[in-house]
Amino acid sequence: MSNIDRATVAKIARLARIKIEDDKLEPLAGELNNIIGWVEQLSEVNTDNIEPMASVVDAKLRWRDDKVTDGNKAESVLKNAPNAEYGFFAVPKVIE
Amino acid sequence: MTDLTKMKIAEARDLMKAGELSSRELTEAHIAAVDAADSLNAYIVKTPEIALANADAADKKIKAGNQKGMTGIPVGIKDLFATKGVHTQACSHILDGFKPEYESTVTQNLWNDGAVMLGKLNMDEFAMGSSNETSYYGPVKNPWRATGSNNDFVPGGSSGGSVASVSGYAAMGATASDTGGSIRQPASFTGTFGMKPTYGRCSRYGMVAFASSLDQAGTITRDVRDGAIMLEAMAGFDPKDSTSVDIAVPNFEAALTGDIRGMKIGIPQEYHLAGMPGEIEALWHQGIEWMKAAGAEVVDINLPHTKYALPAYYIIAPAEASSNLARYDGVKYGLRDAPNGGNLDDMYYTTRASGFGDEVKRRIMIGTYVLSAGYYDAYYLKAQKVRQLIADDFKRAFEKVDAILTPTAPSAAFAFGEKSDDPLAMYLNDVFTVPASLAGLPGSSVPAGLSADGLPLGLQVLANAWDEETVLKISGVIEQAAAFSATPSEWWR
Repeated sequence: MSNIDRATVAKIARLARIKIEDDKLEPLAGELNNIIGWVEQLSEVNTDNIEPMASVVDAKLRWRDDKVTDGNKAESVLKNAPNAEYGFFAVPKVIE
Repeated sequence: MTDLTKMKIAEARDLMKAGELSSRELTEAHIAAVDAADSLNAYIVKTPEIALANADAADKKIKAGNQKGMTGIPVGIKDLFATKGVHTQACSHILDGFKPEYESTVTQNLWNDGAVMLGKLNMDEFAMGSSNETSYYGPVKNPWRATGSNNDFVPGGSSGGSVASVSGYAAMGATASDTGGSIRQPASFTGTFGMKPTYGRCSRYGMVAFASSLDQAGTITRDVRDGAIMLEAMAGFDPKDSTSVDIAVPNFEAALTGDIRGMKIGIPQEYHLAGMPGEIEALWHQGIEWMKAAGAEVVDINLPHTKYALPAYYIIAPAEASSNLARYDGVKYGLRDAPNGGNLDDMYYTTRASGFGDEVKRRIMIGTYVLSAGYYDAYYLKAQKVRQLIADDFKRAFEKVDAILTPTAPSAAFAFGEKSDDPLAMYLNDVFTVPASLAGLPGSSVPAGLSADGLPLGLQVLANAWDEETVLKISGVIEQAAAFSATPSEWWR
């Protein structure tokens, strides 16, 4: 049975890079436990020797010539950036 | 004068061809209808200038003898599809201000045909929802109300704006997308025809990603013929989508022969849910009778893993979503919420906390959990194996039958707030639509009757991969037999 506690929710939130206020951890743990508890009925199904299905279309992707077909669109790429400077995305300082 | 907004796509196309109607007239009537439908909250952005320019270009095209199926036809576009220079946010706050520098292939195909864009349509945030209550832009109202009532109902979701605009006479057709039922369930709730093609039939390029192995574009229209015309315009191979399949698009409208004599229609016994409302069972039974009367052979079939489709879906879809939505980091586009003096990590945390709504956060969290170390095999891999079993169920069924007939949804439209506090109750809306999504199969919802309260109910038709023609053909027969002529009361106009 799933047992998602406050600490687990905090860990998932960190992995997902979503800030969750302390008072929301407990209610969220309850919700996630409900959902995970419900999906656990899958354990009833015998899946021995069954290959996991990643896609309904052919697993083999198309190949194409290794040629540049697109690009030189730096301006377009940066157009929607919340902050762009000197042809780069600008972010808060990473290195002190 | 006839109300041009009540015309079907096929009628308008034929009148324009005969020179008796211009796209300009048709478009002007629809621009007014879009404004008149403000209280439905179906449109989040209106583009009347673009619409009129499209219309004039379409009229020229028609005069020059270059008319195609969708030339001059005013449509609404779900906010999930990238439209160059026009608001595209999948109704999420995190994409604030995003105006793509490119066009989705599906919409480009429509514009190449000469279709007219009325605006962008409301939807559940990132298509995660079954009631259109998770949109950052507020819920959409269902044009339909229960007999004798002034209460509002949800339009279904996630394509809530698409169905409300079409059933509310504010678009002749609308693009939509289906990940677990987001075309078919809202179509059922609004008396519209919803068509989800085979996975790989329509390009996903420029469609905001939710769960990439499931997402598929499709149509909402007022009847089956219109769905066939619109889908044909949208569909087709696209090298820009690695899962687009290079198969020729047939003339879908030609499939509407009305002749299903000798076809075998499967009735999956597992879809008889305990506690399902009697009127849903009765509608299904009625559908079976219509099939027999049209000369089809009805056969009971089994899809033994049906009950595991929803739980498998609610592992796979959130897992893919958590990965897809990792791109929203406050760096490349959309919202940035960086606390003063905070570092890059702080920016990620706060941007994603203020940008995503509760349901989206919930699904990202579930997805992150089932993909995390120690749980991957138990949840994600297990769900993928169950998905294979579900696809195998259908494969075996289609060795015996040409199509499958089921109800679209386990209920008619419900009231606002009725299920929004209970994620599991909301997820159960998709119980009949999710299995075919997992298997990538084409399916439709056809308006087939009314609930005791006077709300629309749909029947779902499924067929084998790449056999949209059978879906459309059978849908057309149901449409004929049902002679569904009820309309909403137009309280919003």
